Amino acid sequence: MSSAQDTKQVLDKIDAIRKQAGSQFRDQIVTSMYDQAESITDDVVTRSNKRWTFDASLDYVATHPLLGLPFMLGLLALTFYLTIAGANIPSAFLAGLLMEQGGLAGFFEEFSITIPAFLHYSVYDLLHIATSSWMNANLASFLIDGIYLTLGWVISVMLPPMAIFFPIFTLLEDLGYLPRIAFNLDWLFQKSGAHGKQALTMCMGFGCNAAGVTACRIIDSPREKLIAILTNNFMICNGRFPTIIAVALFFSVFLGYSDALVSLTAASIVIAIVLLGVVFTFVTSFILSKTLLKGEASAYTLELPPYRRPAVLRIIYTSLIDRTLFILARACVVAIPAGAAIWIAANVNIGNESVATHLINFLQPLGYLMGLDGAILLAYIIAIPANEIIVPTIIMLYIRHNTMIEFEGDALHKIFIEQGHWTLLTAISLLLFCLLHNPCGTTIWTIYKETKSKKWTIFGSLFPVVLGIAVCIIVAATWRLVASAF
Amino acid sequence: MSCSGNCNCSHNNYLTGGNTVGLSIGGHSRTIALAGNPNTGKSTVFNALTGLRQHTGNWPGKTVTRAEGHYNFNNFSYKLIDLPGTYSLLSASVDEEIARDYILFGQPDCTVVVVDATALQRNLNLAFQVMEITPKVVLCVNLIDEAARKGFDIDFQALEDKLGIPVVPTAARRKQNLDLLQEAIEAVCTGKLKPKPNIPAPPPDLKEAIDQTLPLIESIAPGLPSARWVAYRLIEGDTRIRRALETGELQQLAGIKLPSSPKPTPPSPTPDAAQNPTDKKQSA
Repeated sequence: MSSAQDTKQVLDKIDAIRKQAGSQFRDQIVTSMYDQAESITDDVVTRSNKRWTFDASLDYVATHPLLGLPFMLGLLALTFYLTIAGANIPSAFLAGLLMEQGGLAGFFEEFSITIPAFLHYSVYDLLHIATSSWMNANLASFLIDGIYLTLGWVISVMLPPMAIFFPIFTLLEDLGYLPRIAFNLDWLFQKSGAHGKQALTMCMGFGCNAAGVTACRIIDSPREKLIAILTNNFMICNGRFPTIIAVALFFSVFLGYSDALVSLTAASIVIAIVLLGVVFTFVTSFILSKTLLKGEASAYTLELPPYRRPAVLRIIYTSLIDRTLFILARACVVAIPAGAAIWIAANVNIGNESVATHLINFLQPLGYLMGLDGAILLAYIIAIPANEIIVPTIIMLYIRHNTMIEFEGDALHKIFIEQGHWTLLTAISLLLFCLLHNPCGTTIWTIYKETKSKKWTIFGSLFPVVLGIAVCIIVAATWRLVASAF
Repeated sequence: MSCSGNCNCSHNNYLTGGNTVGLSIGGHSRTIALAGNPNTGKSTVFNALTGLRQHTGNWPGKTVTRAEGHYNFNNFSYKLIDLPGTYSLLSASVDEEIARDYILFGQPDCTVVVVDATALQRNLNLAFQVMEITPKVVLCVNLIDEAARKGFDIDFQALEDKLGIPVVPTAARRKQNLDLLQEAIEAVCTGKLKPKPNIPAPPPDLKEAIDQTLPLIESIAPGLPSARWVAYRLIEGDTRIRRALETGELQQLAGIKLPSSPKPTPPSPTPDAAQNPTDKKQSA
């Protein structure tokens, strides 16, 4: 006979046994398992040769107390340099193919190649030609200048850097380098009162903050897991890389560097921003662990897996299909309504001005204080669902009055300077704000799923953007003060 | 999203899938759970068996959510569940709970524990813990290519004898011995092979506590297959297991009738489904 009542009684009896057994119970069980495992492996495993392997020598450098960190920075620098230098030309090609008037003519002109006149059409041109005879001009403009053009910018700005960055990142991941990063940075996490495995979740955040937040499940301690979740946003995700890269390139061009130096400077700027994000992660973790989430860092074991020869074909497949196209598709899905909204906002007037202009004017004072402008802030609001579309949205907002803009050579920088009146301060503030602002919609949702707490979700969403606004205002004020002094 | 793409529910699959021809009577495919320490190539085994391309990464903790895939073997459809990689099933971290709950409550027809041939000793602990929960275990000793390169020599027959469960050495990256693994899984599923797990005896001073607890468990859940493991968990103060006994969830899994308690809701085969409705894989 058993009933709920009996069950309750029996469980209470077991509880009494539990109290007698004491707290050493688990340790003793685990010890008995370890002993058994040891005795079995002693019998069945023999090891013939232990030699100084390639692994061991690589680890000597990669996890060396002094060499480890420079080695890591070097790898980081190489990754970004390859990404930026490699993405430049395909980006220009895609922009020419998809959007520029005259198609690829401008792109090939850079290489002193003249292409036949019948090829002087981009997809954008062709769409206009194809629809001009039968479609309502406003509808055609809505579809082509609004939605298609935003999509075009998303693809040409995002696809090339992602297609280069993701395979390199996956390569490092498959090789087994990520746990070494955690190993090297462990002391810093210890000092910040955070969990060393946070380094792994931060690495995943490089790819996508939502994935980084989910990865925080590997951290056992709830306190440290929460710290890792709340600070993951300080890692620049792939959705934000294109913005950083575009602005970093603008920076280098603005400074008037020669071609060879542009990619190098841009890569250095990207690394500086990434490292700044790491600094913010440690500082925030430290503050959180001293205030809202008090506690000591817990001990953990970290396995340094053997280096494995990466399966190159599979890496290319997974990084291009699962990661690059996945994120690109998400950006496109968000870009369509965003493009539509921008077009409508730019073409519907209230009074003498378009809705977009009203909004931009409204945001302009705060934008100015932050060293940015109203259009950039509006772009950040429109891009809450996905950070990927920030640069395309800024561009679309700048060119809203003249969508038939003529692109030649460095189209992006022309827009920034001629339409946006950017200065060095704009670029710096934008870089900072790109690092410090609210997580994207997907990440916010993931934070909620992982923490199951509205309070922490709101904190995790608002805290970075408040910090970002504060930092930008301070930087802009200081910049202006210093500039006025000279 | 849990039913999109290649990942699907079993019913979904055999209604639409062209290649799942010979299903067992009743139309259910066999369910196989894949457990293992982080970084043992568990996801690689998963990919090699299912032909899926679940992302694998060389760092501990890559798979934090479950992934599902299918394969066919000898005219039977097998549903393979890739559990998060864990070092144990004893702690309260989310990934360990997902793995443990699935092995216990998901009632897979067979659980494959993937272990790293180069770190057998450490990896066996998880195998013991799984063997405590269910006898239907196959040990997949993966990365034998790497072990050979590093000069390890493993007597697999002796290992099998000592553990009392089928042991299959594999190199999943090279798709080596996967057929043997599938055969062993089939044998355990059909009952052709009945593993008799040789689990470490409890330490002497704990034996008393366990001996007291076992009859108590027997009284409320007669014939519970993983009674000793449940005893461990209760003595340790595992609230999840306690609740499962209280609600009758555990008893029902073991097919034990509860006369006077309200009929518990049918056990959810996916205890973590509610927790992660949207994650199938970790992109990026």
